[in-house]
Amino acid sequence: MEPQSCVNIHKEWDIVGARQLGREMAKRLGFGTVDQARIATAVSELARNIYLYAEKGQICFEFIDNIEHRGLCMTAVDTGPGISDISQAMQDGYTTSGGLGAGLPGVRRLMDEFDIHSEIGNGTRIKAIKWVR
Amino acid sequence: MDSKFKQLVIDNSDSIVQKWMGEIGSLKAGNYTATISDELYENTNREFVNVIFTSIRNQGSTKAVEDFSEKIINLGWPLSYITDGLQVFRRVSTEYLLTQSEEVDSAYFSNVLASVDEWVEPLIRELVNEYSGSWEHILSLQRVALQELSAPLIPVMDGITIMPLIGTIDTERAKLIMENLLEGAIKHNSEVVLIDITGVPVVDTMVAHHIIQAAEAVRLIGSTCILVGIRPEIAQTIVNLGIDLSNFPTKSSLKKGFTKALEITGRHVVDIEVKQNNIEQIIKSIQGE
Ligand SMILES: Nc1ncnc2c1ncn2[C@@H]1O[C@H](COP(=O)(O)OP(=O)(O)OP(=O)(O)O)[C@@H](O)[C@H]1O
Ligand SMILES: [Mg+2]
Repeated sequence: MEPQSCVNIHKEWDIVGARQLGREMAKRLGFGTVDQARIATAVSELARNIYLYAEKGQICFEFIDNIEHRGLCMTAVDTGPGISDISQAMQDGYTTSGGLGAGLPGVRRLMDEFDIHSEIGNGTRIKAIKWVR
Repeated sequence: MDSKFKQLVIDNSDSIVQKWMGEIGSLKAGNYTATISDELYENTNREFVNVIFTSIRNQGSTKAVEDFSEKIINLGWPLSYITDGLQVFRRVSTEYLLTQSEEVDSAYFSNVLASVDEWVEPLIRELVNEYSGSWEHILSLQRVALQELSAPLIPVMDGITIMPLIGTIDTERAKLIMENLLEGAIKHNSEVVLIDITGVPVVDTMVAHHIIQAAEAVRLIGSTCILVGIRPEIAQTIVNLGIDLSNFPTKSSLKKGFTKALEITGRHVVDIEVKQNNIEQIIKSIQGE
């Protein structure tokens, strides 16, 4: 298994590519169908946010495999405008694009660990992990 | 200097073609072309080498190049067939030119290389461009075909219409779904519209949002929209996303959705066999008394 695989997000269809890679890696780690769907959906949300708000970015996947735990780590990085108020963006229903505003809070619930860093003018970096149970 | 080389290659095309055919023929053995009949392979190779020579002779005979790359695409052969062929041609002509001179010093050598490159490079570029250009054309045609298939609406019965969705939903398709749904519901005078998402691999917030909007729009024109085919794992992710589907009807399967649709339109399915059996039993029991 390769340590890290990345997908560039430039076009809308890159979201599908990222999703497929995420699902494929989740399958290889032995996640069940429900967790595979959760992971694919989380990838979809992060990738679409990059496509919508930052235009360009990257999603990387990494296996975590050590004595204590096994899991899939995904990192979404972009150099877009950044998010000014993260706690607001993490609220259910907050959207600046007329969406449902369910993406970011949804990803936090879909995954086991969630970490977001954002700087105005510099971009956003989101890391999320799902553990194999 | 290089026009001399060029003339040499053109004048001795027979032996170069022979060498080229030999090398290309041996490429067939263990790769992509293994399943192609020998005859077709040889004829195509012959055509290929003709295209190469035509193009060298009268710089830029685009028509031949166009026709040839279109043919390769129609045959379904990979781009590597073209690039391999030109690579071999480059090598064969270089070797040929080198053997034509008694003494080969480095200046002569680089001269040969440079002039061979000069006629092979543009040809590679042209063929590759043609090949990928034709692919793009095919792709755009397929996109149109796919779009026509992407949001079909099927009137199954008076007042009941089904939209089965299969595959990924992007923004373009989401728009089509909405348009077709409204247009179709009005045209077929549908009381109930069933949207079947059994074949949709991922339902994220964007897809959910569009489906909710479509359902609301359907409600505004006085019809009922039922979302069916929600697989268990999709139901879970929708809940995790915090999307509230409670105020619009959903059913796990198309079958259940259809039964509901019948109910709404004041109908139900009757099993004729069973009914007849029942009647027979009643008659029998009456006779028995
Ligand atoms: N990568 C990013 N760069 C800049 N801003 C972002 C980024 N991701 C999210 N945001 C901001 O955070 C808000 C909330 O994001 P979230 O994904 O939760 O909802 P949404 O994208 O608006 O709608 P939904 O995801 O439900 O379709 C967005 O509207 C946007 O303003
Ligand atoms: Mg979002």
